[in-house]
Amino acid sequence: MSLKDLPKDEYLLPGSAACPGCPATIGLRTVLKALGKKTILVVPACCTAVIESWYPNSSFNVPLLNIAFEASGAAASGIVSALKQKGRDDINVVVWAGDGGTYDIGIQAMSGAFERGTDFIYICYNNQIYSNTGIQRSGATPYGAWTTTTVGGKGEFPKDMGAIVRAHRIPYVATACISYPEDLYNKVRKAKEIRGPKYIEVLTPCPPGWRFPMDRTVEMGRLAVETGVWPLYEYENEEMTFNGISRAIFEGKYKRKPVEDWLKLQGRFSHLFKPKRDEERIKRFEKFVDDMWERFRKEFG
Amino acid sequence: MKVVVDTGNHIAALAAKLAKPDVVAAYPITPQTTIVEKIAEYVAKGEFSGDYICVESEHSAMSACIGASAAGARTFTATSAHGLLLMHEMLHWAALARLPIVMVNVNRAIGPGWTIWSDQNDSMAQRDTGWIQIYCSSNQEIFDSIIQAFKLAEHKDVQLPVMVCYDGFILSHTSMPVKVPEQKEIDDFLPKREPAWVLDPENPVTHGNIIMPKDYPSIRKAMQDAQENAKKLIPEIAKEWKERFGTYHGDLIEKYRCEDADYIILSYAALGAESKVAIDMLRKEGKKVGLARLRTFRPFPSEDILSLAENADLIVIDRSISIGFEGPLFTEVKSCLYEKSDARVYGFIAGLGGKDVRYTDIGKIVDRVIERKQDGVLWYDMEGGK
Ligand SMILES: Cc1ncc(C[n+]2csc(CCOP(=O)(O)OP(=O)(O)O)c2C)c(N)n1
Ligand code: SF4
Repeated sequence: MSLKDLPKDEYLLPGSAACPGCPATIGLRTVLKALGKKTILVVPACCTAVIESWYPNSSFNVPLLNIAFEASGAAASGIVSALKQKGRDDINVVVWAGDGGTYDIGIQAMSGAFERGTDFIYICYNNQIYSNTGIQRSGATPYGAWTTTTVGGKGEFPKDMGAIVRAHRIPYVATACISYPEDLYNKVRKAKEIRGPKYIEVLTPCPPGWRFPMDRTVEMGRLAVETGVWPLYEYENEEMTFNGISRAIFEGKYKRKPVEDWLKLQGRFSHLFKPKRDEERIKRFEKFVDDMWERFRKEFG
Repeated sequence: MKVVVDTGNHIAALAAKLAKPDVVAAYPITPQTTIVEKIAEYVAKGEFSGDYICVESEHSAMSACIGASAAGARTFTATSAHGLLLMHEMLHWAALARLPIVMVNVNRAIGPGWTIWSDQNDSMAQRDTGWIQIYCSSNQEIFDSIIQAFKLAEHKDVQLPVMVCYDGFILSHTSMPVKVPEQKEIDDFLPKREPAWVLDPENPVTHGNIIMPKDYPSIRKAMQDAQENAKKLIPEIAKEWKERFGTYHGDLIEKYRCEDADYIILSYAALGAESKVAIDMLRKEGKKVGLARLRTFRPFPSEDILSLAENADLIVIDRSISIGFEGPLFTEVKSCLYEKSDARVYGFIAGLGGKDVRYTDIGKIVDRVIERKQDGVLWYDMEGGK
C-alpha cells in the first residue's frame, strides 16, 4: 500500500477547527480512511472535541459520541454491547483519545474495557501534553519538556504505556506516527480484522505544544522515529515486530540519530540548550532512550 | 399474574429482567449488591437475553449505559451511596444527552465513617442532574415503578433518565409479597424503545460537540419542559398499569387522612410509610394529622404541596441534610408556598445514617409542633431519638 493507493473517501470533512499543521487531523484522516464508513467514534475531552467544530456543524462524517474525559473505554463497551444486541458485528467501535485521556484520567476505564475483552479499537493520539487546556504536563510528557505546569522542564520520565497495555495480553497492540501514513493505515486495517480489544498509539507532534513551526509537523514525527525516541512496533499474540526504521534500529542495522537532533528543533526543550547547554539533563534523556532499546532487546531479542 | 414473596432488591432485579433491557452495566455496593448478583444469576441460567457488562466502577457503569443507550439500547443499572456519588458527572451527561436510562438507587448514608444504613443524602445530592427521581415505600411499588420508569423515560415527551430509590435494608433486604404479571403482559405494556437519536453509520451524527452560548440555554429549557411533562405522565402511565394489573403507585404525592387534617407530615420512602402508623395513633388521640408521602423529588410536586397547604400546616421530616442550611425537602416545600400560602412549615431532620425513626418518634415530632410550635429546624436524632 502506497500513499496514492489510500481510498479517496474522506470522513474528516473540511472546516475543522484544528490549528494549522495539526497532527491529530493528519492522523484522523488516515485512520478514518482505514476504518471506512461503518464506524462509530468515541471521543473524550481533548483537542478533537474542538476539531469537530461546533454544534450544529461537524467535521466528521461518521457517527461520533463525545464522552467525559475519563469515560471512553466504558462508553465503548456499552456501544459494543448495544450493537451486539442488534446483531450488528460489522461496525467498528473506535475510541480516539489523547494521551491525557489515556495515560492519566482514562486509564481505568480503558483497562477495564481491555480486561472485559470489549471488541473495539482504542487509538491514543499522543501529543505528549494536555493541549486542549493549553499545554499542561501529562503522564506521557517527556523528561525535561517545558509545559505550563512544568515550567522549568518536567522532572519525571513518561510511563511506558505500551508495556502497560501489553500486560493486558490483548490480541493487538501497535505504535505508529502520523509521519508514516501507510504504516498507520495498515495497522488500523489489521486491527479492524481482529476480534477483541486492540490498542494503537500514534505519535502526534503538536506545533503549539512542542513549540515548532507549523510546517514541520511531519518532520518532527520522522525525527522522533529516526532518533529512536518513538519506536514503531506491532505486538500480536504476544509476538513483537518492529516496523520500518525501528526494525532496523532494533536489529542494529540503523544507527539512531542523536536525540539532540529532535530536542533542538522544539522550543519546549530550548532551556536544555540556552543560555547554556544542560549536559546532565540531555544525557539523562539520551540514557532513557538507550535503556528503552536495551529493554526491548532483552525482552524481544 | 402470580404473587412472588421476595426482598426489595430481588424484586428490583425481577422488574429489570421483565423490562428486557438490552444492556445492563453495574458494579456492586452494599446494600445494592443482591440486585447485581440476581441479574448475574439470571444471565447464568439463560433467563436474561441482554448483555450484562461487569464494569470496573460505577463511573464506568453509567458511562457504559450512556454508550449503549446512545447506540439505541434499553439500559438498566443499579447503585447506592458512594457508587452514585462516583457517577455524578455521568448522571449529568446522561440527562443532557437525553438518554432514557433507568437506575435503581438503594439509599444509603455517606462516609466517613463507613456506614451502610439508609438515609437519602446520596440521591438528594443528585437533585440538579436532570434525572427524574422516584421514591418507593414497598416492594410492590419498587416493582411497578421500575417497569413504569422505562415507559416514562422512553416517552417521546420525556427522554430523560429515571432513578428509582428506596431505603437500604429497610426495603432492599426485606421480603414482601408482590403481584407480578406475565412476561407477555409486560411486553404489551412496555413496547420496544424508539430512540430519539442514535449512533448509526447510515445517518452519522456528532453528539455532544462544542455548543455556543446562544444554543445552550435551549437544551436546558427542553429538559425542564420534559420534567414538566413527566409530572403529567407519571400518573397517566400508572393508571394504565392499574387498568391492566390492578396495583397503583402513580401520584406524585401519596396522601393518607389529609382531608380534614390540621397538620400534614411530609416525607419520603420508608419514613413516609412508617408515618402511616403514627397517623393512626395520633388520630386515636384526637389529633387531626395527615400524611403526604412524596414519591418524586424531581419533578417536584409543587402544585400538590400548595393544595396540601390550603387548610393545614406542614411538618417536613428530612432523612438528609444540606449542610450549611437545612433539610432539602424543607427548603423545597417552603419555596413552593412563597407568596401563595400562609401555612406554617416545620422542619425536622431524622433518621440520618440509618438511625431508627419509629412511629412513636413521629408521634413525638408532631406533639412538639402542636405543643411548642417548634420553629426552625430540629435535629430530632440528637434531641428526641434513641
Ligand atoms: C474530569 C475532567 N477534568 C478536566 C477536564 C479538562 N480537560 C479537558 S481536555 C483536557 C486535556 C486533554 O488532554 P489529552 O487527553 O492529552 O488530549 P489533547 O488535549 O492533548 O488533545 C483537560 C485537562 C475535563 N474535561 N474533565
Ligand atoms: S493544539 Fe496541537 S493537537 Fe491540538 S488542535 Fe492544535 S495542533 Fe492539533
